[in-house]
Amino acid sequence: MLKTRIFKGTRWLALGSLVLLDGCSLTNSPLLDPAGPVGRSEMHLIVIAFLLMLIPVIPVIVMTFWFARRYRASNTNATYKPNWAHSNKIELVVWMIPILIVAGLSVLSWITTHKLNPYKRLVVKQNGVAVKSLPIDVIALNWKWLFIYPEQHLATVNQMVIPVGTPLNIHLTSDTVMTSFFIPRLGTQIYAMAGMMTRLNLLASRAGTFTGLNTQISGVGFSKMHFKVIAMKPQGFATWVAKVHRSPKQLDFATYRKLEKPSLVNPVTYYSDVSPNTLFSDVIAKYTQGRKLTSAQEQLALRSFRSSH
Amino acid sequence: MFGKLTLSAIPYHAPIIMGAVAFTMLGALIIAGLISYYGKWGYLWREWLTSVDHKKIGIMYIILAFVMLLRGISDAIMMRTQQAMSFGPDHGYLPPDHYQQIFSAHGTIMILFVAMPFIVGLMNVVVPLQIRARDVAFPFMNSLSFWLTVAGAMLIMVSLGVGDFSRAGWTGYPPLSGIHYSPGTGVDYWDWAIQLSGIGTLMTGINFTVTILRMRPPGMTLMKMPIFTWSVLCTAILIMLAFPPLTVTLAMLSLDRYLGMHFFTNTLGGDVMLYANLFWIWGHPEVYIVILPAFGVYSEVVATLCGKRLFGYTTMVWATAVITILSFSVWLHHFFTMGASSAVNSVFSITTMLIAIPTGVKIFNWLFTMYRGKVRFETPMLWTLAFLVLFPLGGMSGVMLALPGADFVLHNSEFLVAHFHNVLITGTLFGMFAGYSYWFPKAFGFGLDEKWGRRAFWAWIIGFVMAFAPLYVLGFLGMTRRLNHYTNPAWHPWLEIAFVGTMVVVLGIVFQIVQLVVSVRNRERTRDVTGDYWQNGRTLEWATASPAPFYNFATIDPVHEIDEFMYLKEKGIAYKEPKQYRDIHMPRNTPAGFVLGGLSFVLGFGLIWHIWWLVVLSALATLVTVIVRAMNDDVDYYVPAAEVQQIEEARFKQLKETDPLLSGQALQHTHTPVILVHEAQQS
Ligand code: HEM
Ligand SMILES: [Cu+2]
Repeated sequence: MLKTRIFKGTRWLALGSLVLLDGCSLTNSPLLDPAGPVGRSEMHLIVIAFLLMLIPVIPVIVMTFWFARRYRASNTNATYKPNWAHSNKIELVVWMIPILIVAGLSVLSWITTHKLNPYKRLVVKQNGVAVKSLPIDVIALNWKWLFIYPEQHLATVNQMVIPVGTPLNIHLTSDTVMTSFFIPRLGTQIYAMAGMMTRLNLLASRAGTFTGLNTQISGVGFSKMHFKVIAMKPQGFATWVAKVHRSPKQLDFATYRKLEKPSLVNPVTYYSDVSPNTLFSDVIAKYTQGRKLTSAQEQLALRSFRSSH
Repeated sequence: MFGKLTLSAIPYHAPIIMGAVAFTMLGALIIAGLISYYGKWGYLWREWLTSVDHKKIGIMYIILAFVMLLRGISDAIMMRTQQAMSFGPDHGYLPPDHYQQIFSAHGTIMILFVAMPFIVGLMNVVVPLQIRARDVAFPFMNSLSFWLTVAGAMLIMVSLGVGDFSRAGWTGYPPLSGIHYSPGTGVDYWDWAIQLSGIGTLMTGINFTVTILRMRPPGMTLMKMPIFTWSVLCTAILIMLAFPPLTVTLAMLSLDRYLGMHFFTNTLGGDVMLYANLFWIWGHPEVYIVILPAFGVYSEVVATLCGKRLFGYTTMVWATAVITILSFSVWLHHFFTMGASSAVNSVFSITTMLIAIPTGVKIFNWLFTMYRGKVRFETPMLWTLAFLVLFPLGGMSGVMLALPGADFVLHNSEFLVAHFHNVLITGTLFGMFAGYSYWFPKAFGFGLDEKWGRRAFWAWIIGFVMAFAPLYVLGFLGMTRRLNHYTNPAWHPWLEIAFVGTMVVVLGIVFQIVQLVVSVRNRERTRDVTGDYWQNGRTLEWATASPAPFYNFATIDPVHEIDEFMYLKEKGIAYKEPKQYRDIHMPRNTPAGFVLGGLSFVLGFGLIWHIWWLVVLSALATLVTVIVRAMNDDVDYYVPAAEVQQIEEARFKQLKETDPLLSGQALQHTHTPVILVHEAQQS
């Protein structure tokens, strides 16, 4: 009676996992169908780790059902050894299995963590020459994202337009609480924190419109703090830059101060110019007693940040 | 006069909150009414509220855990309902402000006021009995620990109707939780509730470390301690090491909030990363504090209900000790995405995965305890089997999160939410349910109903899988945690499944309540006369009566074996009457713990609302109470040998009446488990 109940339970579990495997929504999910090399490596890592972990997990689950059934109290045919509680052979095996798997995973972790270091520049070669990367400075505000393109001298709110195939060299800070900048289709998220600068290197390898968001709770507007990422061909990007440059709006301190005030679902805004062009580091300096970091100091601070954290 | 407190602190305008308040107050009134009706206030005060008896304190802890579980699950229902509704143009029924308070309260309550009290409760009920002690080392401090925990829980309950709760999540990261971004009283409720209960827990850690190290009977060396006691020892040590950082961190946050200091602010040299580090230096060991005792329960249940010695006792002990030590070396895995160097990230990743080794070994040891045993499918064993099947899946997702490269996309996602519920529910909570059904007869002298127990079990299992498997999927669909609204249509069906799953879990909880009622009604049928309810008990708690007399054991005899009670049964001397009785030294009940708990609640309330005269007054009153208690020398007494003899002889007489074989020395222990009472129920 009980037995059948347990097996009924198992059947439910099996059914449940079948539903899960149903690919329709998963195969094109942002994490399993990434649009860039960073996300792709991360997906591979997840799949490898998953498969490696199945090596101990499946036997454990099978053994649980098997032993529970085989050695059920009502089965008088099964051997019963109440005082058998030690076996060097089994002990050796049960230590070795997890040790080996964790050893493998540790190597994997060391290698992939270094490879996927968000601070590491991505290199894309085209006809043998490295493609010049595009710097973008990101400022997290309540509850919107400000993107400054220092080389294009323009800025946008809640929309990040990027050229396909160009490495993105993103610098981040926050002019509010701690936030986490994440574009699921491209991979790797990183915190943006006030008075500090973090970095992120991403790359879109195909055109498309993706969602970007904040994953770290940041107050009432948190759920709405997303933005669109539009990845377009380089020519398209150039056209877009030209379009933004035609915008009548410009980002200066006065505009920034207005923008910085809390607001929900800020419409996408284009600024044709950013002045001063140190706005990004000025925002960081707000929190460091006005001390601006020279680039050498910044490197130093970064290095000590890296070694101390 | 009343600091920040005005009548407007009561959210009259919010029908949902007022409904919850009314519901809670109604419940409290009904209980108070029943107590008055039966004239039980005096009894309650004398026998329970002022008690320093570890068994009663343990039971009160578990009652607290169940009450708070109801609150925690209500929060879960509200969140699940919101997320099932608030898709696209529909914004659901909860504004973000309220939703954020709910998940903050849910997380805080479930970890600190459900898991912790449940664990401490089981520790209290079981450990002194397992080591043949009369009580814990510091019985009054034990009572104080409990009442401080209650004070913390009450602060959270009060925040429902007076003011609001924190919106910064259970982790309360600044600067969001700082005074600039959270100017209200919500964070202060969160802060002081944890602070009070944390101090109580710290004292519990000290108490149990000393109890286990100093109060074992002759012959019980460390390596002959029952395995549950071992897990509790490791837990208690973890508590002693991990809770002081929490106390300090919360105190620093309070200094920021109350005195304008800048430990964690954005400006003037404050460092938010410092908070993340300090919080998780407590937070990670905390998850082992809630899992190790559950592991201990599984070890006891699997040995008893498979009628077999625990496989690899020594390995189990070492694995537990290794987990204890390693758990302090992994905290950084909670913020791989903060920009640390690859070397730092990978080192913490590897230490995290190292913990999987001893944990994996433990799982195999439980399996090999079943191997060549006689597995009985009573509820404690069902929870254990469910744990063995489902927990490895949580471990698997944990290892994935431990890889920085994977965490970079899974951090703060619903995958993470699925992971920690997977380990907290199938690990900790199922362990607590297993322990609850396993030791219930020891605490009350009768068993829990099997039929309703199994119904509750299946509802929990099905509900759990339905409620949390979708969250793993949602993680891959890019859904982050803590969202009160979303626009992605792909998420919606999964959230609806999760909602249904949650309702099935609720059904499980209803069945658990029914089980309790039915069991009390049928208590004569499952009465445990021998004290060895499962008829296969191995450790000493089963050697005394159920419920145990207030002094636990008439005589403190030396111990020979790990499974001492089994050893005594095999020798046929388990039910031998002692030749001679002695006076027993016992601690006296005291209202001091209750009073101090009450005063610290008032102190906390005063601090939260900046009612300074109340703060001063309750602090002074606390001081006076402590001094008065310290001056009181009448804290113990002796139970005369004659009284002990009377109680014990009554037990032996009853034993002889029920089973002449048991008393005397004639018990022929065969290794076939005898399934009498329970079989009748099972069919
Ligand atoms: C079956 C019952 C439960 C259900 C349906 C449930 C549901 C939820 C939901 C919907 C959330 C919010 C997820 C999000 O952020 O999107 C949550 C968060 C959480 N739950 Fe549960 N939960 C349950 C039991 C538990 C238990 C037993 C524990 C701990 C012992 C727990 C600990 C937490 C924690 C720590 C959080 C995070 C809160 C935060 O974000 O600050 N839950 N739960
Ligand atoms: Cu952790």
